[in-house]
Amino acid sequence: MAANTSASADGDKGPGALRSFLGGIGASFLEIAETAGGMTILLARVVSRMFPPRIDSRELLKNLFKMGVKSLPIVAITALFTGAIMVIQAATIVKRYGAEGLLGWGAGFGTLREIAPLLTALMISGRVGANNTAELGTMVVTEQLDALRVLAIDPISFLIAPRFISIVSTLFMMTLFADALALFGAAYTGEALLGVSPTTFYNGLTSGLLGFGDVATGLVKSVVFGLVIGLASCHFGLATTGGAPGVGRAVNSTVMASAAGVFVLDYLTSFALGG
Amino acid sequence: MSNVAAPGPESQRHSHETIEHPYEDLGAVGMLGAAAIDLMVGGRELYSVFVRTLYYVARGKREKGALARQMYEIGNRSLLFLSVTMGFLGMILVYQAGLQAKRVVPDYTLLGATYLELLVRDFAASLGALMLATRVGAGIAAEIGSMVVTEQIDALRMCAADPIDFLIKPRFLASIVMTMVLVIFAGTVAFVAGAFTAYFAFDVPLQTFFNYQLVDFGDLAVGLTKCLAYGAAIPIVSGYCGLSTFGGSEGVGWATTRAVVNTSLAIIILNFFISGAGFLIFPG
Repeated sequence: MAANTSASADGDKGPGALRSFLGGIGASFLEIAETAGGMTILLARVVSRMFPPRIDSRELLKNLFKMGVKSLPIVAITALFTGAIMVIQAATIVKRYGAEGLLGWGAGFGTLREIAPLLTALMISGRVGANNTAELGTMVVTEQLDALRVLAIDPISFLIAPRFISIVSTLFMMTLFADALALFGAAYTGEALLGVSPTTFYNGLTSGLLGFGDVATGLVKSVVFGLVIGLASCHFGLATTGGAPGVGRAVNSTVMASAAGVFVLDYLTSFALGG
Repeated sequence: MSNVAAPGPESQRHSHETIEHPYEDLGAVGMLGAAAIDLMVGGRELYSVFVRTLYYVARGKREKGALARQMYEIGNRSLLFLSVTMGFLGMILVYQAGLQAKRVVPDYTLLGATYLELLVRDFAASLGALMLATRVGAGIAAEIGSMVVTEQIDALRMCAADPIDFLIKPRFLASIVMTMVLVIFAGTVAFVAGAFTAYFAFDVPLQTFFNYQLVDFGDLAVGLTKCLAYGAAIPIVSGYCGLSTFGGSEGVGWATTRAVVNTSLAIIILNFFISGAGFLIFPG
């Protein structure tokens, strides 16, 4: 990327520019491969600490509280507004066809399968994933991880595994919560905006067009997103280099990698789970 | 006012404590009140950053090249990230919409038209802006935050240059222009990706999918208003988070986190109000 930019800045159109352009592409591919490999190794290490479980339980509880309970307000606000927005978007179509009984289904389908897991994942990635990277990154650059190793404490089972598990379970629970709150917000926006009573809305939800499969699809997605966010945030936190400014860069790459990973895996999970 | 950007030692210590032990010795009511007061103070300071930015847009000094540099930084460098995420998003949305249509009316003739309408009115702008919030918002907060903790902002003030004029204003203008451009581009990417998904997954011919009938002036107006609002909100909220960095170099990490979360929240809340107003102004 850097080589690419400097070449275009020079205005050099010769073979050197082409080479640095291709070199830039190759370098970014190598970088992506390195990140993916690092994340896979980290996942293997975390999983190996689970059989038999060697995970610090106090650290786990602390992180569950810090990541889960404290994210509740932000998830609640996001979910309520998201449900409302989904109804507003569905409202035009519902009005066009006069199919008010279908409002619950129309807003519910998109919310349960797609929007609630996706937006919850984006908010959790911003609030929890980035925070986690900043914390781990600060520990790395101040050599606290080396101190742990000196004390014969395994940093993976003491620090990484509890955080990873907390992130995955937080996202799962928050998605359940967001599903419920988004439908709640949607029902009351439907009443305020379209005059569709919440009863009609809930009937549309439960009339058979939507099944447990739709909720389950969303929940499976949330676990996949949790894995991506947890792995990305722990990986970039541990890979922090370059002192304090490095922490900022690590946070930045976590947020971007999580967002890109969430979208790509969302697509793959949607296809894999099918209808 | 000045304690937004440069917290004195007093406020620094105070705010650090609130992070570590959030209102430990207050009761439940006290905690609620403290949170409400925090929210109000934050909102007021955010508003003041916004108003000062608008003031400097009209009356400030113009630094040569700053705007172009920020436009490159915000626009060109987000292009790949935004195209990839929005391309995948387009594929997901069409796939899900196709599944949805299959259950009720197995008729795909209006799939493309409805998808385009939703894309223009909401998804392109909102989801594209959420992506930009992570990419651009985090960048702005990290940059300004590290300038705060290395006292470069104080140095700017010493030179009688208001950091809002010098740092936020160019980002504000660049973000408004570039959000508009990027969202239109990313929306196109999402639509084309969706068209190919429909073609391969549901055998919808491309001619049927490329249907512009349902997009009317109202959809376009709502979509462009959203672009404008998000483009303005991203640099203001994340710039405010950057300027209120405290607590040394670790603080930059926290500031970045706050910037991403607050910017995303701002986008979702703005989306709610603009969509609601749009529905009431252009019904049908």
